[in-house]
Amino acid sequence: MRPATLYLLLAGGVLAMAALPILLPWKQFVMTVAMAKGFAALGVALLLRAGMISIGHALFLALGAYAAAFMSRGAGITDLGLLILGSVAISTVCGALVGAYMVRYRAIFFAMLNLAVSMVVFSLLAKLYRVTGGTDGMRVPVPTIFGMEYDKSQFDAILYYVALVLIVAVGFLVHRYLKSPLGHALAAVHSNEVRLEYLGVSAWRVLLVAYTVSAALAGLGGVLTAVAVGHVLPEYAYWTESGHLVLTAVLGGIGGVAGPFLGSIFLEFVHSFAVGYADDAWNMINGIALLLVIFFLPQGLYGLIARRRAAKSVMERDEDK
Amino acid sequence: MLFAIVPLIVDGLANAALIFFVAVGLTLVFSVLRILNVAHGSFYSIGAYVAASIGLWIISSGLNPWLSFPALLIAAALVAALMGPLIERTLVHWTYGKGEAVQILVTFGLFLILEDLQRIVFGVRSIYADTPMALLGVSEIGGIIYLNYQLLLIGLAVLTLIGLRLFIRHTRQGKLISAVVEDREVSEAMGINTRRIFMMAFTLGVFLAALGGALATPTSGVAPGLGAETMVLAFAVAAIAGLGQVEGAAVAAVIVGVARVLAIYYVPALDAVAPYLVMLVVLLIWPYGLFGTTQSRRI
Repeated sequence: MRPATLYLLLAGGVLAMAALPILLPWKQFVMTVAMAKGFAALGVALLLRAGMISIGHALFLALGAYAAAFMSRGAGITDLGLLILGSVAISTVCGALVGAYMVRYRAIFFAMLNLAVSMVVFSLLAKLYRVTGGTDGMRVPVPTIFGMEYDKSQFDAILYYVALVLIVAVGFLVHRYLKSPLGHALAAVHSNEVRLEYLGVSAWRVLLVAYTVSAALAGLGGVLTAVAVGHVLPEYAYWTESGHLVLTAVLGGIGGVAGPFLGSIFLEFVHSFAVGYADDAWNMINGIALLLVIFFLPQGLYGLIARRRAAKSVMERDEDK
Repeated sequence: MLFAIVPLIVDGLANAALIFFVAVGLTLVFSVLRILNVAHGSFYSIGAYVAASIGLWIISSGLNPWLSFPALLIAAALVAALMGPLIERTLVHWTYGKGEAVQILVTFGLFLILEDLQRIVFGVRSIYADTPMALLGVSEIGGIIYLNYQLLLIGLAVLTLIGLRLFIRHTRQGKLISAVVEDREVSEAMGINTRRIFMMAFTLGVFLAALGGALATPTSGVAPGLGAETMVLAFAVAAIAGLGQVEGAAVAAVIVGVARVLAIYYVPALDAVAPYLVMLVVLLIWPYGLFGTTQSRRI
């Protein structure tokens, strides 16, 4: 597929999303959450490009969400813009700190250490009742926008478009990052790390930047989720949530920025069909979907659309070796 | 002071015994198949569910309650025989030679499926089948009361450790396994049927995990979410020991078990966090675990 066609298709997708609240108003809320989760999945996808799986990235989603809750409850910051900036800043800093420790490890250790850290935070969020509200979580009041107060339904409508605009803006930035030498180095870490270091590029630095960016993206997803749902829970940091992010990234495809969002929105549609029929089996459907994608669609949904342009997936690069 | 510590240590060791069964299975499968099975914890909880169901059935049908002891073993064997070969031959088999990312993803998918399968088959309520614990009663040593069942757990774990060591070092099958661990290609060239060894090792791993779960039901029961919790804990133990270290897993299990119980008594807020904190600290200092050997990076 030619680049121009692909961009047209992506623009069409964004327009379709923009028209969705008018055509299917009852889908607006779940789609806001799906877009928010898409940011976190995009973060996971960045690391997947380097062949590293994090089963703990829900940690940064939870950090972003709780940061928003603390700012609006404790510090009295109610402006949506400030909440987003503050939460993303906090998760970025945390990402850099945790990342400096994490990126020394590869493969299994990386995956499971991320898992361990997220579980520590999950337990602390659930246990420190006085600070975090324990398993009840914390309520997040409806933020103001540039000093204007809105009721919940108006705010939800605005938030939907804020999320959509952010997808385009942040998506563009991440796209630029992936096209930069630093972004290309990610794939090099996966295919041959030692050769990369012989070229004088520090794999540690490449990965730390990617990890920090991915934490920032997850934090952005967290704050959007928090203000959309109006409530934060320790379960945001639970490891099945992280697994869900990995699934979303793989399902959507890591070949392009649009992939994880595609995966997230697609999963949300599947979820709303499955709900009612198979509530108990939602995880199972996810698991089967994950296996099917790995077996039959290693480039994800994005790979279906942009077949030739998509970067090679994790699976295929492994088979080359 | 010392007297106050002893029951805690016993409690911690009993805790460690249960973790040991899962962790040693995980580490065994990893050392032979070179795959970290993320779904390993699910075998623990499935073992627990099956054991609890059989235990409750024995009581309700009026059979001799002492039958619940062999029932624990039978439950684990049943789970291993049904699920081990099947899963190894299909899903796990497919990931051999693929990257670690794929292996983690595939076994994670398996975990998600098994998790909901348990919900559908066994429901979402917690199940308690404490007959074995009640039958054994308690014993009093030095004015402190111990659950005999806990002492039995510790004994069983030690026996399993010794048994595994004897099996790996001194039997034909065990030596074949160590040969495959040492060098898969050379073993194949020497005519060892690695497919069979893989299946055997995986099934043994499933059995050990299921046995841990079965043995845990009398004291702690079984509830949804147990598999996920156990998986992380088992990995913490295996990582502290160094992946692939059987004896090391026993030491690490004791460290984690005791740390956890001490945390419960002294810093209750940290009880769930303690194993991970130990793991993070250990891996910060020894990146490949206490007994692990450094792996060379691939070029």
